[in-house]
Amino acid sequence: MATKILTEHINVPGIETFDVYRKQGGYTAVEKAIKTMTPEAIVEEVKKAGVRGRGGAGFPMGMKWSFLAKPEGVPRYLVCNADESEPGTFKDHYLMKNIPHLLIEGMIISSFALGANKSFIYVRGELMYVIHILEKAIAEATAKGFLGKNILGSGYDLELVVQPGGGAYICGEETALLESLEGKRGNPRNKPPFPAVKGLYQSPTVVNNVESIATTPWIVNNGGDAYAGVGIGRSTGTKLISASGHINKPGVYEIELGVPVEDFIYADEWCGGIRPGHKFKALVAGGSSVPILPANLALTLANGEKRLMSYESLSDGGFATGTMLGSGGFIVFDETSCIVRNTWNFSRFYHHESCGQCSPCREGTGWMEKVLHRIEHGHGHQQDIDLLVDVARKIEGNTICPLGDAAAWPVASAIRHFRDEFQWHIDNPAEATQPGAVYRGDMALV
Amino acid sequence: MAEQEIKPQLLKVTIDGIEVEVEPGTTILQAARKIGPAVAPPAMCYYQPLKGSGGKCRACLVRVAAGSAKDPRPMPKLVASCLTAVQDGMIVENETSPQVIDARNGVVEFLLLNHPLDCPVCDQAGECDLQNFAFDHGKATTRYEEDRRTFEKRDIGPNIQLHMTRCILCYRCVYTADQITNKRVHGVMNRGDASEISTYIEKAIDNDFSGNVIDVCPVGALTDKTYRFKNRVWFTKPVDAHRNCPTCSGKVTLWYRGDEVIRVTARKNEWNEVTEFICNTCRFETKKTSDWTIEEPTKISRSSVISANKYRADTIKPSFGERLAAADYKPIDDKRDTSQLSIQQLPAERFAHVLPAALDPEP
Repeated sequence: MATKILTEHINVPGIETFDVYRKQGGYTAVEKAIKTMTPEAIVEEVKKAGVRGRGGAGFPMGMKWSFLAKPEGVPRYLVCNADESEPGTFKDHYLMKNIPHLLIEGMIISSFALGANKSFIYVRGELMYVIHILEKAIAEATAKGFLGKNILGSGYDLELVVQPGGGAYICGEETALLESLEGKRGNPRNKPPFPAVKGLYQSPTVVNNVESIATTPWIVNNGGDAYAGVGIGRSTGTKLISASGHINKPGVYEIELGVPVEDFIYADEWCGGIRPGHKFKALVAGGSSVPILPANLALTLANGEKRLMSYESLSDGGFATGTMLGSGGFIVFDETSCIVRNTWNFSRFYHHESCGQCSPCREGTGWMEKVLHRIEHGHGHQQDIDLLVDVARKIEGNTICPLGDAAAWPVASAIRHFRDEFQWHIDNPAEATQPGAVYRGDMALV
Repeated sequence: MAEQEIKPQLLKVTIDGIEVEVEPGTTILQAARKIGPAVAPPAMCYYQPLKGSGGKCRACLVRVAAGSAKDPRPMPKLVASCLTAVQDGMIVENETSPQVIDARNGVVEFLLLNHPLDCPVCDQAGECDLQNFAFDHGKATTRYEEDRRTFEKRDIGPNIQLHMTRCILCYRCVYTADQITNKRVHGVMNRGDASEISTYIEKAIDNDFSGNVIDVCPVGALTDKTYRFKNRVWFTKPVDAHRNCPTCSGKVTLWYRGDEVIRVTARKNEWNEVTEFICNTCRFETKKTSDWTIEEPTKISRSSVISANKYRADTIKPSFGERLAAADYKPIDDKRDTSQLSIQQLPAERFAHVLPAALDPEP
């Protein structure tokens, strides 16, 4: 039985209520942390655990916490980033909807460790019903003395605020999220200064993903070393994967990092294989921003070894033959999927969601979308493929926030691995624009 | 002596092979401007008098080849020079880095995608930052064949017209309206390439200093309705003048066509930045020579066609060496061995893309 850190009790009936959650051992970590541990000791355990940010970037969470500036007389804030809007990712939604108290317990421990007396959960605005679930859970925890003034008689105060987002993907970028939380237009800030120095209301702030924060109760209960014992190498612990696409069993799965990609797709425990009668064509391993991989490269590394579900293994080979774990949005495509149409679809999303602040992203995302639209609809030119590569290259790395990169990578990687398919669309517009037409040329299907 | 003791430790930074000493907290862009126009990165959105401006247009991207003397690693990405503070021992590559030139070519192309290129009928032509930037880094052709975004022209108050189609979303006017006026009535609506500058539900900016948004606009998106279509910039003669104004400093530039004052603007420095903001009365209502005390013809050193034949054929792409020699560069330390600073000391191939003529023995 694989270790379950986040979802062990998720199927217990009534787990969304305080009493059931408490009966399953909930809030014992808060008691342990506040009564027996110092904030520094908790940070130390999280560092030892080696949890990496689950929002997509994979930055070590303990390191982020230790960067937090601690000037005298200035409040510090913890903000939980629950603005999950990446196409293909729905793990935080699943976690908050089913087991809200886990996040709240994690927020209490993390806030205590960072010395924050007011913490925020910034939830995607479309998930209004989840916001109601969280607010109900907060009210329950407050009534039982786990939130509010003088928690468990320790003298530590914590107020937890749930803030609905305004419906913008960009507000999932941490500095745009802070701007939005301050009531401004959600434009990302220029960095430096980083939020750890000047974040919310110009005070030191830590922004963490829901899943990252939800690991802290387990770490406090079992110790950082036990957490680091799960997983593989520097990819410690477990990861929620939102599996979708042409698989038999789509859903959210908690896996120990280090499971082979092949097992994850084909084992009955997880995705249960590609839908019957079809073949595996391509994989987006970590949400729409990460480079798409053809089936053969998704399953094996360039050197022939099995590719594993871990930060290192998925990014093995750089962007030439690798991708990223990202936020764990695992989208599987079979041979009926048109990569050009899919790339256009992703591109359309980034065009719509660009904040419009810096020029490469504002203009470049729209341009890529229009060119891809043209290719998909049979009006492509021979030079369009090189044009897309060039535009993607000029956006990447030159923007204020990572949305520019996120828009450029899917386009660049789709052309890198599926160039023939783009070429086919340009060469055979009449055939390619037929309903349901898909390139059936030479490619590696598994 | 006492003054010298208070002076902070100066930081040494090398930009395109030229060393300069600046105070801590100076940005790369300001350090480059201290050296001179030849090495100053272009700036479409950064505006020194406006707090918080910069970082948006990405025109001023530079490569930091060495972060500091202590940590000489290069920075992984190009950085916006208008916001990045210098460190002691930093080495910056501006025009000497092919990567920077490539990124800037990209930025020009992006900015021009949705720009109407109606320069022949635009009042800003001749003093337009985008025109200058495109002249230096752009191409003569476009790869963009889709429709450009368009907007209706709008009036912002009785004297200002907003032609959003030309806007490059530098946010300068937003910062101006925020910082010069008390009430926030002006901002950006929508997002992505559908963003537009707007006053809240077409509400006019009712403020004595609102006219300054015209001066800060790098393109012809915000224009002076008292001047619209009256003349071309290069036919007018700028003269510095002042008057005793109860609301502002009264120090302005008058633009003459013959004997007639056809436009009043604030005075700008060599970086095209307003030195002192002026009030609407001075700008829109006092257009007689008798209202003003004339000082002298305006010295224009940098922008626009009215300065020193900016677009003359033989000034197109001058060699980097020539531009350095022509630059207004003062050695900061006379005892220093300046022979080490010569551009020829660096490997010639690094300058190949900016020095085609210099490398060719027989031009």
